[in-house]
Amino acid sequence: MSSFMNWLDARFPASKMWKEHLSEYYAPKNFNFWYFFGSLALLVLVLQIVTGIFLTMNYKPDAELAFASVEYIMRDVEWGWLIRYLHSTGASAFFVVVYLHMFRGLIYGSYKQPRELVWIFGMLIYLTLMAEAFMGYLLPWGQMSYWGAQVIISLFGAIPVVGEQLALWIRGDFVVADATLNRFFAFHVIALPLVLLGLVVAHIIALHEVGSNNPDGVEIKKNKDASGKPVDGIPFHPYYTVKDIVGVVVFLFIFALVLFYAPEGGGWFLEKDNFIPADPLKTPEHIVPLWYFTPFYAILRAVPDKLMGVLAMGGAIVFLFLLPWLDRSPVKSIRYRGPYFKIALVLFIISFLALGYLGTQPATAIYTMAARVFSVIYFAFFIFMPIYTKLDKDKPVPERVTFQ
Amino acid sequence: MSQSIDTGKRRFLTAAASVVGGAGAAAVAVPFVSSMLPSAKAEAAGAPVEVDISKLETGQLLTVEWRGKPVWIFRRSQEVLANLETLDESLRDPNSQVASQQPEYCQNDTRSIRDELMVLVGICTHLGCSPTYRPDLAPADLGEDWKGGFFCPCHGSRFDLAGRVFQGVPAPINLQVPPYHFQGDNLVVVGEDAQGAA
Repeated sequence: MSSFMNWLDARFPASKMWKEHLSEYYAPKNFNFWYFFGSLALLVLVLQIVTGIFLTMNYKPDAELAFASVEYIMRDVEWGWLIRYLHSTGASAFFVVVYLHMFRGLIYGSYKQPRELVWIFGMLIYLTLMAEAFMGYLLPWGQMSYWGAQVIISLFGAIPVVGEQLALWIRGDFVVADATLNRFFAFHVIALPLVLLGLVVAHIIALHEVGSNNPDGVEIKKNKDASGKPVDGIPFHPYYTVKDIVGVVVFLFIFALVLFYAPEGGGWFLEKDNFIPADPLKTPEHIVPLWYFTPFYAILRAVPDKLMGVLAMGGAIVFLFLLPWLDRSPVKSIRYRGPYFKIALVLFIISFLALGYLGTQPATAIYTMAARVFSVIYFAFFIFMPIYTKLDKDKPVPERVTFQ
Repeated sequence: MSQSIDTGKRRFLTAAASVVGGAGAAAVAVPFVSSMLPSAKAEAAGAPVEVDISKLETGQLLTVEWRGKPVWIFRRSQEVLANLETLDESLRDPNSQVASQQPEYCQNDTRSIRDELMVLVGICTHLGCSPTYRPDLAPADLGEDWKGGFFCPCHGSRFDLAGRVFQGVPAPINLQVPPYHFQGDNLVVVGEDAQGAA
C-alpha cells in the first residue's frame, strides 16, 4: 500500500491534498450547531447531481412531451417517483441548508476580513443556485413552471433600451415556448452545474487558505504552538468529519420524513397548479414563486414601478455581496457585538421572514403596504450598517476561543 | 546578435497577440450568442388568425392564440363605451400616446376599428401574465369605482375595457392592440393590417 502511495504521490499530490484539506487542516475546536450546514450543502449538491443524472434518462425536454414524461417518471419508471421526489425535495432542502449557512455567516461575521472572498464565492453560489432552481422549475412544464418563467424573464424587459431584445434572446421565441424549455434544460443540466461545482471548489479553497471562522470570531492562527499548529485548532479529519456525520444522520432523518410523508411540502415544494399542463392562454389565479424566492418577489411587488421594482429586487441581493465592506465593526461574532447590531440583525431577520410570507400572499392593499415597510427595513439594515456598526458599543473579544 | 533582452518589444508582441486573440474569441462568440435568438421557424410562425365573431354576444370574451399569445376579442355595450370617457382622469395614458401599443387606426377613444368590438393582446405590460376579464361592476375585491376591465392576478395591475392602464399599478403602459382588420361583417383577421402583413 505504501509503495503504491509513494508511486502515486510522485505523480499526483494525493497525500498532500488529503493533508492540506482534511487531516492537517486545522479548524477551530469550538464549532457549534451552526457549523453543520456547509457540509450538508455539499451533501445535497451531490444528491441533486446524482438524482438529476437519473432523471435525465427518462425526461424529455420538449414542450409537447415534457409534462407527460414527468408523469411517466412518477408512474411507470421503476422507483421513478423516489428519484423525482428526492430531486424536488432536495431543491428545497438545498435552500434551507444554504439559508442557515448564510445566517451563520451573518451572526458570526464570517464574511469579514480576511474572508471577503469566501463570502463573495458563497454569494455567487447562492446566485447560481437561484438560477439553477428557477430553470429546473420550468422543466415539468406545468402552469406554475410556465407563468413563473414568463414573469421572471419579463423582468429583464424592464431594463431600458436593450431590455425587450434581451428578454427575447433569453426566451428564444416571442413567448415562453419549446425553444425556452430546451435551452433551460441545457443550462439546468450542463452549464449551471459546472459553474456551481467550480464555485464550490473556489469557495473551499479560499476558506482553507484563510482558515475557518468560529462562534467567537477569534483568529486561531494568532496562537500557534512550537510546531506551528494553532493551539485552538483540531484537524478537520477525523474530528469534524465524524461530527458532520452526526449532522448528516439527523438531516437525512428529517429529509426522509418530508420525502416520504409530504413530498410536495403542502404545496410549498411542488405547487398544486404545477400539476396542470402549461397553458399559454391562461394565467393561474394566484401565481407564487417557490418559497425560497418569495422575499425578493415581495420586494418586487412592493414597488409600484416596473423598472424600480426590478432594481429594488436586484439591489436586495447586491447589498448582500457588499456586506464585508458595509460592516465597520472590528468585532466579528455576535457574542461580542454591541446592541445596535443585534437590534438591526433581529429587525433584518424579521423583515426577511415577513417578506417571505408576504411574497406568498395575494397583493392586497394592506399586504402591499406591509411589504413596503419590511422592504424599507431590509434595505435600512444595509444602508445604515456603516454607521451603526461604527457607533456600536462592542464588548472586548477574548484572546482564545471559548465554549458556551 | 545582442545578448540583452528587448523587454519593450516582448511586451508589445504579447499585447498585440492578446488583442488579436481577444478579437478572435469575441468573433467566435457571435454565432453562439446568435444561436439563442428566435430561429427562422419561430420568426415565421406569426401567421394571421381568422376568427368568426358572428356568435359573439355583448359582454362575451373570446380568447384566440396568435404568435403563441392569447388575443382577446370581446363585444362592448353602449354603456361600457360611455363609461370609457369618464375614466380618463385615473388613467396613465388615456389618449393612447404610446405608439407601440396600437396600430395607428386604433389610436382613438375606443382603441378599436368598430367601437363595440375590441381586440387586445392578453399579456400584461408589467411582467407578461395574462390578466383576468372582470366585466362585473364594483365587485368586493376590486372596489366600488370598478367599471369593468382587466385585473392581473400576478401583481395587481388594472386596465379598463379598452385595455388602458390605470395609475398606481405596476404596469407602465396600455395593453397592446394587435394589427387586425375585418373581412365582411363577421370575420376578424388578427395579425394583419388591412393593406397587408404587419
